[in-house]
Amino acid sequence: MDTKHLEDGILQLILKAETEIPPDVITALKQAYAVETGAAKVQLEAMLANVEKAKNKRCPMCQDTGILTFFVNIGTRFPATGILKQVIEQAVARATLEIPLRPNTVDPMRSTNHGDNLGSYLPHILWDFEPGDSAHIITLPKGSGSENMSALQMLSPSVGLDGVKRFVVETVKKAGGRPCPPIVVGVGIGGSADLAMNLGKRALLRPVGTHHTEPLIAQLEKDLLEIINKTGIGPMGLGGKTTALDVHVEVAHRHPASLPVGVVIQCWADRRASLVIHPDGSWEVQ
Amino acid sequence: MEYHVSLPFSSEFVKKLKINDVLYVTGKIFTARDSAHQKIRGMKPVDLPFDPSGMGLYHCGPLMKKENDRWIAVSAGPTTSSRMEEFEDILLDRFDVHLIIGKGGMGQRTSTALKKTGSVYAAFPGGAGVLAAEKITKVADVYWLEELGMPEAVWVLEVTELGPLVVAMDSTGQSLYKGI
Repeated sequence: MDTKHLEDGILQLILKAETEIPPDVITALKQAYAVETGAAKVQLEAMLANVEKAKNKRCPMCQDTGILTFFVNIGTRFPATGILKQVIEQAVARATLEIPLRPNTVDPMRSTNHGDNLGSYLPHILWDFEPGDSAHIITLPKGSGSENMSALQMLSPSVGLDGVKRFVVETVKKAGGRPCPPIVVGVGIGGSADLAMNLGKRALLRPVGTHHTEPLIAQLEKDLLEIINKTGIGPMGLGGKTTALDVHVEVAHRHPASLPVGVVIQCWADRRASLVIHPDGSWEVQ
Repeated sequence: MEYHVSLPFSSEFVKKLKINDVLYVTGKIFTARDSAHQKIRGMKPVDLPFDPSGMGLYHCGPLMKKENDRWIAVSAGPTTSSRMEEFEDILLDRFDVHLIIGKGGMGQRTSTALKKTGSVYAAFPGGAGVLAAEKITKVADVYWLEELGMPEAVWVLEVTELGPLVVAMDSTGQSLYKGI
């Protein structure tokens, strides 16, 4: 398989994610623009104008091009598994120069910037397998403004779903205008500490405006969205009706004595894009 | 009220500004995030390689590219201002800086310093990086780039009609972030 051609595919995936937000997010922002007034409306108007400009100029919509996370689903019969990691890393370094991306990987021991968005454990690649002969890659470039507002709590199971709701809403309130609302809230319930955070992030991959297929979870998402939008935080924390565009919940079974809840907040610039690589090496960005 | 104004601001003008006013600003601004603030705090004003006085302070870590030996802003929206809360009163006290541009708001310490020094905090829409970059007409200078890296370096920028900037904390102690 042509490594350079694969690299081009990953590069186009990153370019798409950094310069165009998905249509479901644009629809939600337009709905928010329609109902807001005053300073909140001014923010949304600028956000929507920025989305257009970024797309037309093929420039990253936000200067914080984020830490790049790749969710890779490899078909069990996909022929290029062995080279994918290297291809992704090389594409990230190229994207940093060619798009360009802001160099965002800093050595935590020396506070030096690596300069190419590579580094220890970065880019973050999460591997999974699926039946088939293709590979599906989703990238989620996420800035620190929103990522810094993430929170985990190991709740006591006795607090139940009411306790879960309280923690999610408290986390959103504490974040206020800092994560660039209107936000998308990803919530992971259950599993272990790391799994709850992982599920919170994975929950962000689902399109805005869609609910979980399980009615009980879908209801929790709707309830949380309603409570969060009553906080009045509003776009950029300047007050308003739209604090969140959506809330997505994913769950894992829990230990009888544990109720981990992971909250991962995404900014309004909810950037994500996906790529399919076919077994012959051809690819499409979606 | 909407104002199309040039920097530096007069003290009469700053006094007039109230929360919810919208500004479009022309003139010189400089970027500074946590690392630059920390460096500035640790230095005597005379030792600084640039004079912040008269400029607007922009909480921003821009995405820049170099073309034909000239820096160009690609995307340059604001960064989260609250990270600078522990430094800002010192900076406002030491320099003639009367406009802070950021996002997400700042705390009581800064609010008190804004009142004391006759300054305002204005919010640019977060994430609107291309919109902001288009208003940067010239990258005039950069300091500490090697040492701090692109996001944390101090960039001196000439801007034309940078906005919309919503006055979110004014010089009388009013703040749009209070009570939320």
